[in-house]
Amino acid sequence: MSGYSVTEPSSTQKWVAGVLVIGYALITLMPLLWILATGFKSSADSIAYPPKVTFQPTLEGYVNLFTTQTRQTPEYLDAHPPQTWYEEIVHDKGMVIAGPSRFGERFMNSVIIGFGSTFLSVFLGTLAAYAFSRYRIPLKDDLLFFILSTRMMPPIAVAIPIFLMFRNLGLSDTHTGMILLYTAVNLSLSVWLLKGFIDEIPREYEEAALIDGYTRFQAFTKVVLPQAATGIAATAIFCLIFAWNEYAFAVLLTSGTAQTAPPFIPTIIGNGGQDWPAVAAGATLFLLPVMVFTILLRKHLLRGITFGAVRK
Amino acid sequence: MSGTTIDHVARATPPKVARRIKGLSDRAIAWIFVAPTIFLLLAINIFPLLWTIYLSFTNYRANRPNAEVKWIGTRNYERILGDADIWLTMQATAHFLFWTLVLQVLIGFALAWLINQKFKGNDLWTTIIVLPMMLSPAVVGNFWTFLYQPQIGLFNYVVAFFTGADPTSFTMIGDVSLAPWAIVIVDTWMWTPFVMLICLAGLRSIPESIYEAAECDRASKWRQFWTITVPMVLPFLMLAVLFRGIENFKMFDLVVQLTGGGPGNTTTLTSIDLKREAFEKWRTGYSSAYAIILFVTVFGLASIYVKALNKVKER
Repeated sequence: MSGYSVTEPSSTQKWVAGVLVIGYALITLMPLLWILATGFKSSADSIAYPPKVTFQPTLEGYVNLFTTQTRQTPEYLDAHPPQTWYEEIVHDKGMVIAGPSRFGERFMNSVIIGFGSTFLSVFLGTLAAYAFSRYRIPLKDDLLFFILSTRMMPPIAVAIPIFLMFRNLGLSDTHTGMILLYTAVNLSLSVWLLKGFIDEIPREYEEAALIDGYTRFQAFTKVVLPQAATGIAATAIFCLIFAWNEYAFAVLLTSGTAQTAPPFIPTIIGNGGQDWPAVAAGATLFLLPVMVFTILLRKHLLRGITFGAVRK
Repeated sequence: MSGTTIDHVARATPPKVARRIKGLSDRAIAWIFVAPTIFLLLAINIFPLLWTIYLSFTNYRANRPNAEVKWIGTRNYERILGDADIWLTMQATAHFLFWTLVLQVLIGFALAWLINQKFKGNDLWTTIIVLPMMLSPAVVGNFWTFLYQPQIGLFNYVVAFFTGADPTSFTMIGDVSLAPWAIVIVDTWMWTPFVMLICLAGLRSIPESIYEAAECDRASKWRQFWTITVPMVLPFLMLAVLFRGIENFKMFDLVVQLTGGGPGNTTTLTSIDLKREAFEKWRTGYSSAYAIILFVTVFGLASIYVKALNKVKER
């Protein structure tokens, strides 16, 4: 303990607070741990009563997630013994693998659309934020407010004209269309966040660069951008998480080629009802990257979430 | 209306004294930098909005693109405002909005206050609490239907374990009286951390010297809490309520995956109803009017709220 402070909570107080917060955190974590566990259960274990906490782990859910299967006669199964471990899992249920499922494709769509739109919205957002931060732009406050207000529309309301527009332009169910749409949705956030980060970089740096003979543009790329790198990275993560998680536009505007994982995962069904281990396996693969990101980058992310409130 | 909102926004980012930098190239850079953003927002936000306004006065149906489009004036609006079912969905939305906000504010503030007691390892546990809000609502919502299963679901089992009730005696998402609470519970689980983080930022912004002064005046801890902590955090809390309020008014993905709006129409929030009108019944003109009404409602409520927020901040 360094120095006595009247505002420092007593150790009993800290202890009680710690127990309560950790208790809440554990309750909060339970559904997520349940997703993780269900992914490794056999289908019988996943629907057992009472719910099973200990079980024999199996990769059945993951195999079901990545493959499509057909039932075969015992004679056929005997004549075609399984070659690999995943064929064996399927074989034991009296099935054979017919081919890959669409999950891999949907996951890749999420990656392409997520990263594509993140790159675009951060790129455009950085340029606009710099201009809003450093230049006198007529009607600046109105423009900034207009940019922000575009987030107040319910996505379904926006989707009606977008649906018609994409149909006319041939952008329905394409990667390009979804990238443009997510970029537009993310731009408002990206401009606002980045403007805050760039506002914090002292102008004197650029002015010094200008005196040294840099052009405006060089000052921007060589002085401002490196200084704003952390802010740009934090913004990028927010844009990526939004695009990664987005469901409403994806379910309305894509069906086949450009469908992302969120509308796909709930449609994974097995024989009779949802195949919960496979759903949980898909959810695990889809949610885990975000969780790992959140824990690794917690300092920057938490700052970003409270951003609007913290800046005074 | 928007004037005070802009004031509020402007207050959040105090304008630095803009220095005049002369030269055409600077102005050119400014416009080159801003133009793509403005263009994209015009193309994908404003143009569609104007189109929606136009469509809302017609009888257009998107599944019959070749049918003649007739201008029918304000008939769509009259029909919506006179429709009793719409008021039911508004009630469902209000119930959802009210209870999620109440629960998230109470739990979020309490958690923030506890975390601010600075016990060892608090930042790791904060991150764990934050995890649900970073995840895809559709994927998580879908999995919650599994947790809510009466026979095999974890939620029913845990509730039964603590209350002694029979876990098969209630179905959270199949029961007319429980389903509205099922969506409130999941939304609270997911978004309480957001309110918590903003409250935490508020708590950390209070200078310690104020508490020290209060201590010198021998104010009790209880009194310090109500006269310093609560009023200083209130503007932050109100901002959190604004953000959550707007988000939950727009709520679609989580609830559509959880209950699909059912049973009956008990959890049909406005966005879900709008989706049915627009993309299942294909009443494009009618649902455009519906969309405009929703937008005006959010915008109007948010503006009134921001005015109140500014008053609180001035105090």
